[in-house]
Amino acid sequence: MSGLRYIEEVVSLELDVERCNGCTQCTLVCPHGVFAMSEGRATVVDRGACMECGACAKNCAVGAITLRPGVGCAAAILNGWIRGTEPSCDC
Amino acid sequence: MSECCGGGAPVPDTQAACCGGEASAKPSVPCCGADSVPYGYGVESHVIGTVDTFAGPVKRIATELTGADILGALRVRLGISRDDYRVRPGLYAVGGPDDTSPVLVTGNYKLTFDTLRRELTGRDLWLLIVDSKGVNVWCSAGKGVFSTEEVVRSIRDVRLEQVVSHTRIVLPQLAATGVAAHEVRAATGFSPIWGPVRASDLPEFLDAGMRARPRMRRVEFGILERAKLVGVEASVLWSPRVLAAIASLVVAAFVAPRFLPVSGKPFLAAMVAGVSAVVAGAVLVPLLLPWLPGRTFSLKGAVTGAVLVGGSLVALADGPLPLSSWGLLVAGVALASFVAMNFTGSTTFTSPSGVEWEMRRAMPLQACGLALGALVFIASFFVG
Repeated sequence: MSGLRYIEEVVSLELDVERCNGCTQCTLVCPHGVFAMSEGRATVVDRGACMECGACAKNCAVGAITLRPGVGCAAAILNGWIRGTEPSCDC
Repeated sequence: MSECCGGGAPVPDTQAACCGGEASAKPSVPCCGADSVPYGYGVESHVIGTVDTFAGPVKRIATELTGADILGALRVRLGISRDDYRVRPGLYAVGGPDDTSPVLVTGNYKLTFDTLRRELTGRDLWLLIVDSKGVNVWCSAGKGVFSTEEVVRSIRDVRLEQVVSHTRIVLPQLAATGVAAHEVRAATGFSPIWGPVRASDLPEFLDAGMRARPRMRRVEFGILERAKLVGVEASVLWSPRVLAAIASLVVAAFVAPRFLPVSGKPFLAAMVAGVSAVVAGAVLVPLLLPWLPGRTFSLKGAVTGAVLVGGSLVALADGPLPLSSWGLLVAGVALASFVAMNFTGSTTFTSPSGVEWEMRRAMPLQACGLALGALVFIASFFVG
């Protein structure tokens, strides 16, 4: 583990535990160990490690996970600001 | 990905450029879905025979890399032909697979393909290569190219249900940003299992009955990966224009001081400050990332820039810093900070929310620093 962490307070990840059906997909696809299973349902155990890649939300069949997915790339965000579009990384 | 995404080098994709919003001849067909220009895959030196199946003959591939494969990888790493390194999508056989053998799915970036098949030496299995437009798995999934639709289409194209009698396929975990496992299952009947992040963990994953240990699910960003990325960024230097600019700067730096009057020295200092600021932001920050203070890349860049630009200017000044150099120092710190912030696009752990938060705070300061530095530099000619 390289132990690198970024700004944790602004992460947009939300998990609606009520909707979770316990399929465990989010715990499998997350590259930063954000989720774990607890009493048959997913819980967020390391929210600050989330990089908002969107893999969990994409693979949540019941739509219990919401976040603003994207690439954490300054150039992409700057492109978006200049063109007035969504962040786009033409790289 | 992040490395503009992570894990492997970001790979510019010439044909995906049509996604930029250019008018497409058939608006109903997403232009990224089908190549407008057929890609020439060239000689497939990795194909060493065929295996017969109910869906027809399937190409068998070697698991040993040849000199051509290694040379090709080197060319790509050096940035000579990065956007042109693809494998023909489709089904391949490793060893002598039968209808019970596992099916691994991955993208068609040839570096991915080569890394993967080397790990599969001595095994019998099927390899389903989807068209990720020659981009690595994580980046292409993030862009929606390695997608649910692409996986479903590939399974149907090769008639996978006629090749194997089971319904399991192994997808790379990093494809999960683009592929929804439950949708693949609903559309094809094949149940995706998430494989490990790194190809090197595949043998252990397969031997353990397709179970990944938690360590195999984590993306890391060690010093080797960071060093490789610095190399990728440096490959922009290959363009003739940039090389010419650097050459003239170097010549100017060595020749100019002999002929310039004392008042020309600030310009040499400006060049040195500019180069050290870029080196600080684009080379030192990536390499020293975990050991630099703060979470934000702009702060890490500013600190590194202050040390490197300040050090170079002091070494150059041969005495107390003149006013012009103080201006250069302020501008250099701002530039290093901005350059470092751009490395966020290459990391494997920065969130877009975090990057935007950082940019909104850092960019006004960086702009002020540049303006103030330039002002002091110019003013020094009138004051001094």
